[in-house]
Amino acid sequence: MSSTQLTSPPQTAIVPPGGPTTFGSLAHHPSGGVQVIDDDPRHYVFSNVFAVAKAGAPYLRTAVAINQEYVLEATRAEGPSPWWSAAHDEFVLVMDGRVTVWLRKPTAPLVEPDHDGAVVFTAEPEGVPMGTIEAGRGHMVLLPAHSAYRFVPETSAVLLFQTVAGPQTEFRWNEICQTS
Amino acid sequence: MTQLSTSDLPAVAGLVDHGTNDHGYGVFGLGSFTFERDEYFATVRWPSGHHRISADDFLRAIQRDIAWEFFYGTVNFDGVLGTVNHYGRVDVCAGRFSKEHQAAGMAHTETFPTEVVAEAFLTIADDWTNEGFDPFVAPRETGSAFGRKNGSNPEALRRRRVTAERMVGAPGDEPLRTDDNGHPVNAAFSDVPQDEPVVRAEAGFADELVAFNLFAYLSRSPVTFNPSVVSACRDSLACPTTEEYILPIIHGNDRVEWFIQLSDEMVWEIEDGATGAKRATVVMKAGDVSAMPADIRHQGYSPKRSMLLVWENASTQLPDLIASGTLPSHPDVWSAR
Repeated sequence: MSSTQLTSPPQTAIVPPGGPTTFGSLAHHPSGGVQVIDDDPRHYVFSNVFAVAKAGAPYLRTAVAINQEYVLEATRAEGPSPWWSAAHDEFVLVMDGRVTVWLRKPTAPLVEPDHDGAVVFTAEPEGVPMGTIEAGRGHMVLLPAHSAYRFVPETSAVLLFQTVAGPQTEFRWNEICQTS
Repeated sequence: MTQLSTSDLPAVAGLVDHGTNDHGYGVFGLGSFTFERDEYFATVRWPSGHHRISADDFLRAIQRDIAWEFFYGTVNFDGVLGTVNHYGRVDVCAGRFSKEHQAAGMAHTETFPTEVVAEAFLTIADDWTNEGFDPFVAPRETGSAFGRKNGSNPEALRRRRVTAERMVGAPGDEPLRTDDNGHPVNAAFSDVPQDEPVVRAEAGFADELVAFNLFAYLSRSPVTFNPSVVSACRDSLACPTTEEYILPIIHGNDRVEWFIQLSDEMVWEIEDGATGAKRATVVMKAGDVSAMPADIRHQGYSPKRSMLLVWENASTQLPDLIASGTLPSHPDVWSAR
């Protein structure tokens, strides 16, 4: 039983029980789907993060999931991003590739405290640098409320944001979802 | 359907101990339900019927119900038994979501304070779980649930559920998992990279620059099918989990929830939440996203250990808004956007 195991198994070329772990990527993302018996497939709002990121323009923050005001947004990082800021915490999960997250503390809040979602800025906000985070596949990064942040990927990367719907959120359900 | 509540009962009504049976297991009463197990099966009786379920399946289901504090909405142990969470009260049900039981007049529900059911279920699980059987892990990782009463496994039944307030790894929040704190990498994820993000904080900002390797964190989960909060944006909760074999319950949520398959592949069998009629099969591969509507119930199958992000909206208003029809039971994205 794993509960009695004291240390991790060595990372070797031995195939784990059940087979190797498979992650998706921009280059390879086979998708499943909804097989309807007695239902409407649109009720499942089925899509694929990698396909959505691949199809959209770089840094288009496309909603792939929504639950009232909250969204998960998928985007493709390609070249340096604009700066964004939000009045609430956001989180980003790197689904593929590797990015450096640059964070700044603005001199004054860039977003009204009751504003939902990320706001974009074309120029670097005035303020002081908070630091950088280099993140690869599977890494989750906190984007603190009222910080400003941008991404610089090594090559192309796929990012999944946990945030609130706002002016940067793109809704393209008819383009991205299984409808029949 | 018969329905009794605590106010109908003369003395509620914690668990009643009816002694030990010939197999060495306790026999228990809760309201008018009776719970008994033998070497292979758990049997539940109520005034208008009874139902038998394999002992390992029963223990895996009741363990999730306990650990999740009855979760969101309905936790069906199978097509007959289950609980419905009213957040402070819990319905214990038999046949409530089976149209055949309903038609036969055999459906039965009793309502108890949450703490009564929690204590009762933990007592039953404690008594019926033999030494060597761990209902929270994959079948390949545990001994047998069957046979005569043989010891116990209380530690396996009392694992603490992770609920990050902000994010795992943030100051004062849930810690990362390491070998040193008892979270070795699961053998099925021994190929998952364990590198951590490189954080370079300027002076004064060390507490605000927070990042961690979620996939490595999940690879160190000792259990299966146990969604746990790793990040919270107000009521938006990211609750990833590691899955292997079959979700031991059939979950009928009282709100829309979302699945994002992070690794490998799972298959979800979808049934009508009220009747159990088959509605769909959802196949999810890495990167796939699917909503789970509020009027269905779902059970997942994971042929190998996989990572799934369960995304919940914890707003306490949602169940009533959906039940009243104010909000639809599925994401209303097609007409409005």
